[in-house]
Amino acid sequence: MIDKVELWTVIIGLGLGSYLLRLTFIGFVGHRPLPQWLLRHLRYTAVAFLPGLVAPLVVWPAATGGTPDPTWLSAAAVTLGLGIWTRNVLAAILGGVVTFALGVALL
Amino acid sequence: MPPSTPNRAFWRGVRDGTPFMVVLVPFAVLFGVIATEAGLNVFETLSFSVVVIAGAAQFAALQLMTDEAPTLIVLASALAVNLRMAMYSATLTPHLGQEPWWKRAIIAYFIVDQSFATSVAAYEAEPAMSQRAKTAYFFGAALAVAPLWWASTLTGALIGKAIPDWLQLDFIMPIAFLAIIAPMLRTGAHVVAAFVAMIAALLMAFLPYNLGLMVAGIAGMMAGAEVERQMAKREGKT
Repeated sequence: MIDKVELWTVIIGLGLGSYLLRLTFIGFVGHRPLPQWLLRHLRYTAVAFLPGLVAPLVVWPAATGGTPDPTWLSAAAVTLGLGIWTRNVLAAILGGVVTFALGVALL
Repeated sequence: MPPSTPNRAFWRGVRDGTPFMVVLVPFAVLFGVIATEAGLNVFETLSFSVVVIAGAAQFAALQLMTDEAPTLIVLASALAVNLRMAMYSATLTPHLGQEPWWKRAIIAYFIVDQSFATSVAAYEAEPAMSQRAKTAYFFGAALAVAPLWWASTLTGALIGKAIPDWLQLDFIMPIAFLAIIAPMLRTGAHVVAAFVAMIAALLMAFLPYNLGLMVAGIAGMMAGAEVERQMAKREGKT
């Protein structure tokens, strides 16, 4: 259960922080161009942090007590594969859910 | 092509933003469902989407709170996911930076993946667009996606409340993340960034307070930036 104080701290803190990130340049910095190296790093933040978050969730799922599980691993592989192949988020999610359901039913 | 009036530009923005519906609606619904499964009530769930208005960061924060990560780590990680917004802001500034401060303050709130992507594409395709047309286009694109994000979150929260507790949905979260990540893997540098971050996250999982994610994210980010630099250098030579 998520603590209410923590929840609102996160909602407001994340909201303010995200707003400031959006406002920085258009609001304060104006026309000064950003250094190339900084832009280059900013481009890869999401594509690094999200996989970093998801990898332990898939390899050591809390639902299995942290033991690697073929159902979780195959559902993840199908989702990622379908997502890369079709570029269709919905297809990727559906493929993952179906694989997971099949895994639960068969294994 | 006739010069675009602000009014026409606004509706063009709406039209160009609308196809994102296909991605946005399921994601927002999913967020609503998962948030209520994690114990949030409908008001809290909707507030999350209205205040933060950034899907991936919302998912990340929710997952880390469920994992009982310290609040500071939750904030730092979710904000890191949102750092790209600063890049969007920088890219939009040459086009929209002339507006009065109060308009820029409103624009900033609506800088999201979709409004950014459509606007920049339109500004590049039609450099002759006036300042006012550019701003109108941006608001059109933003209004095509933002209210839908809120409304679909609400729908998802209401659905989530109706789902019986015995139905285990904890596997949906990683699947949703992977589905968000897949289309991001556009270049070799993106793939390297993701791969390095995954390996590092697994190797660093022993670190306390979910610090492993911070280390992994920074490692992945640096790896991606370095690969891009190397690739640019090689192209420069040939």
